[in-house]
Parts: sequence; C-alpha cells; structure tokens
Amino acid sequence: MSYARNLRCRECGRSYPLEPAHVCEFCFGPLEVFYDYQAMRREVSRQSLAAGPPSIWRYAPLLPADPASAVDIGTGFTPLLRAPNLGRLLGLNRLYVKNDCVNPTWSFKDRVVSVAAAKAREFEFDTLACASTGNLANSVAAHAAKGGLKAFVFIPADLEQGKVIGSAVYGPTLVAVDGSYDEVNRLCSELSDKYPWAFVNITVRPYYAEGSKTLAYEVCEQLGWRAPDHCIVPMASGSLFTKIYKGIKELAWLGVIDWRETRMTGVQALGCSPIVEAWERQSFSIRPQKPNTIAKSLAIGNPADGYYALKTLAQSGGNGLAVTDDEVVEGIRLLAETEGIFAETAGGVVVAGLKRLAEGGRLDPDELIVAFITGAGLKTQEAVQERLAPPLVAKASIASFEEALSQRQGALPAARK
Amino acid sequence: MAKQRVKFTFPTGLIKEPVIWKLGKDFDVVTNIRRADVTEDRGWVILELEGEAEEIERGVRWVEELGVRVDPVPGDIVEG
Repeated sequence: MSYARNLRCRECGRSYPLEPAHVCEFCFGPLEVFYDYQAMRREVSRQSLAAGPPSIWRYAPLLPADPASAVDIGTGFTPLLRAPNLGRLLGLNRLYVKNDCVNPTWSFKDRVVSVAAAKAREFEFDTLACASTGNLANSVAAHAAKGGLKAFVFIPADLEQGKVIGSAVYGPTLVAVDGSYDEVNRLCSELSDKYPWAFVNITVRPYYAEGSKTLAYEVCEQLGWRAPDHCIVPMASGSLFTKIYKGIKELAWLGVIDWRETRMTGVQALGCSPIVEAWERQSFSIRPQKPNTIAKSLAIGNPADGYYALKTLAQSGGNGLAVTDDEVVEGIRLLAETEGIFAETAGGVVVAGLKRLAEGGRLDPDELIVAFITGAGLKTQEAVQERLAPPLVAKASIASFEEALSQRQGALPAARK
Repeated sequence: MAKQRVKFTFPTGLIKEPVIWKLGKDFDVVTNIRRADVTEDRGWVILELEGEAEEIERGVRWVEELGVRVDPVPGDIVEG
C-alpha cells in the first residue's frame, strides 16, 4: 500500500488532496507528495523491501502509486558496478557507477514515467502526454503502449530523424511543433489546461518526480543498505538531483540505513548551466538561459526545481560545476574505454565533472562515490562520431590486414607460435 | 475569458519600470500577482493574467518585446 497522504505546497505549506494538481492555487508554488512516515516506519524494513520484485516496484510503499495500477515494462534495479579502472585513473579507490542506461527505453526517465503512468491510470486518464527531445518521449510512448493508453508526444519540428524513431515505434501520436523552444513550452502549458490528458511533467508532476527516488533506494540497497559518501548527479530541471537526496534521507528516517551526511554534487553542461551559474554567484535566484550545448537531455534553461537543487547543494555540502562540451565528449569516451559503458551526453557530463573534481584534489580518495549514469549512448552517437578513430581498411588478406595495422600502430602484435 | 499563469523574469534595466501596471492599463488584462522576488538588480514575479485569450497573447508579446522573459509557471516543460 502507498503511504502518500496529501500534496503540500513547497512554498506556503498548504495541503491538497491526492489529485492531479501540480501548483498551489494560492501562491502558484510547486506541490510535493507528503507521506505518513510514522505508519511507513512501522511497516517498512530491509527485509520487506528486499522481498519485493526486482524492479522499482519493490519500493512501492515509498512511492505515491498503487502497484496494482503499475504499467510495468521492467524498469529499475539496474546494475551498480564497481569502477576500478576509471577509479585508478582518477585516484579514487571506491568509485561506483549506477548504470541506468539499461532501463527498458535506455534512460532513467522510465522511473518517473512508470510512476506517472500508474497515477494516470488511478486518476482514470486515458491519455499520456509530454513534450520532449528524446528520453522522456521514448519512455512516455512505451508506457502508453504497454498500458493501453493513448499518447501525444510533442517534439520540436527540427528534431533529428533518429530521435523520432525511438518514440514513433511505439505508435503514439507524434506532433512536430514548428516553433522556438519557448513557444513549444508555452503551447504545452496551454494544452495541459485545455485537454484532459496526463501531461506527465505537468498534470501529474508531483507523482512523476517521486519516481527518481528509486535510484537512491536501489543504490543504498546494492551497497548493502548503506548510503554513498558522495553522489555525482547530472542536473537539468534539478528534480532528479533533489529526489536522490530525498530518497537517501527517507531511508535514514525509516531506520533502513544510517545517516552518513551524503554530499550531493550536481553537474551541468556549461552551455546550459543556470543552476551552477546561480551557485557560483552564491545566490538562490536562477537566471534563465538559452541552451547551447550538445548535452540536449540536460538542456533546460528555466529549471523548475533549480531553487530546490541549490538548497540541496548547500544543505549537503556538495559542489555545483559546469563542464564544456569538449569535456563531455571526453567523459563519454573515458567511461566507455575504462568501464565498458557507453553513456549519452548526460553521462559524459557526470564523468567530466568527476574528473575535474578529482584532478582538482576536491575528492577524498577513500570516500565511497557513486556516479549516476542516466542514459545510453546509442541515443546521442553524433556527439562522439567525429572524435573516434576510423576503422582500419583492409582487403580480405592477412597481408593487407597487417599492412593496415602496422600503419596505425607501427608494430604488429605477436603471432601464434 | 481565459486565465494564464506566467513567470516574468526582469533584466536589470527594467527593474524600476512599472511593467505590470502598464500591462493592465494598456491591455484589457487583469494582473494578479501571487509571488515575487525583486531586488535592485534582478527580479521575478509569478502572476495570473485574466482576459480574452487574444488580449493576453497581445499583452504577453508586448512584455516580451520590452525584454522581459515570460515562462510558464512550472518552468521548462520540454525535457530531454
């Protein structure tokens, strides 16, 4: 059962029933799900959680949706891997990678959309909707297909064909909107007022956002019920960043783990870094930016949870930093070449941030660090294709192969004796 | 009549200008401020606009042309 009791305004504290609502009617502040933690504490234990299915739904008591309504495409319980090669390179002895590339639509968005789709069914919506340039669109289309829901997916008209296929294959109504980024934003806000659809990050946003907490729950469980000392997380709207911290705090409140004062470090791409810009100004006031970066999955110029992400940075004693597009590409390659994980640009942002902190001596070599890799690299191949060595070209003969190899390497490997 | 919830973000040069008063005076739009944070060099205001849809659109376009950024209240909706 869910222990969600009401929605509360994060600004003025007013309460609302658990309905499809996202802003406070009085101050227009964002709403957040509030739980009965006393009752939850009596029921939830390491054993009860570990007895659940190997998906995000093992944490159903800590989520605002009834698992009976779940649209389960197998999201979650993704691998937490030791990263000894990357760690050695960076001088970090206890580095882990949470590999969320392996979710059903290859990004962490399956976590949030799974919860949003479950709530949409509970609220008897028959349509899921979103506006997205990639990961969110893929996930909404897939969940709608599995859940027997209609789907409207709004995409910018100039989106590359390869990114359209990852949504179109699931059969949603795809709408290519001819307009600027700001115009698409405004259109979708107006559509969410006009049509009775579950726009996942508007109509049911308080529930949707809670899905990100499962990343924290899984990491703590996979570490043997222990919180990391330091989390390195990509920031776009700031929601994922704040919810990972909330997830860790909840497990500590419930007595499932010990509180370790986990530090939260958030990384953005320099070409769209409104949260880090405010952090460096030592301000809690976000100045919206026009995105200009290859890390398109993080390109949110006016982040809904930017203020709360800044509070999390400050409360946890973490760092906020922005990395260049060149560092992002280098980060993607570094993770692939050391740990065998091909991440999308958001993963490159995280690894680049990790590298910058390590090289600057800002990480303790023995602290337990988890880098959150949130999406798979096949979605953003264009980011690295110009930077990779072209294949050797050889005719179908050993002599031709050896000639090509010697031109590249200068020396041939030892042959079998 | 239509209602629209918006966030105005003001550049430094417009902080002292009575933009919202002019919006209500020059356009047939009711402005209802709900939350704001304004200092001497920056500021944002979250407000509701009420009026005919075309009139709200005209008013918002005028505000944008002044150099004020206008966003939906939930922040950016288009996600990666």
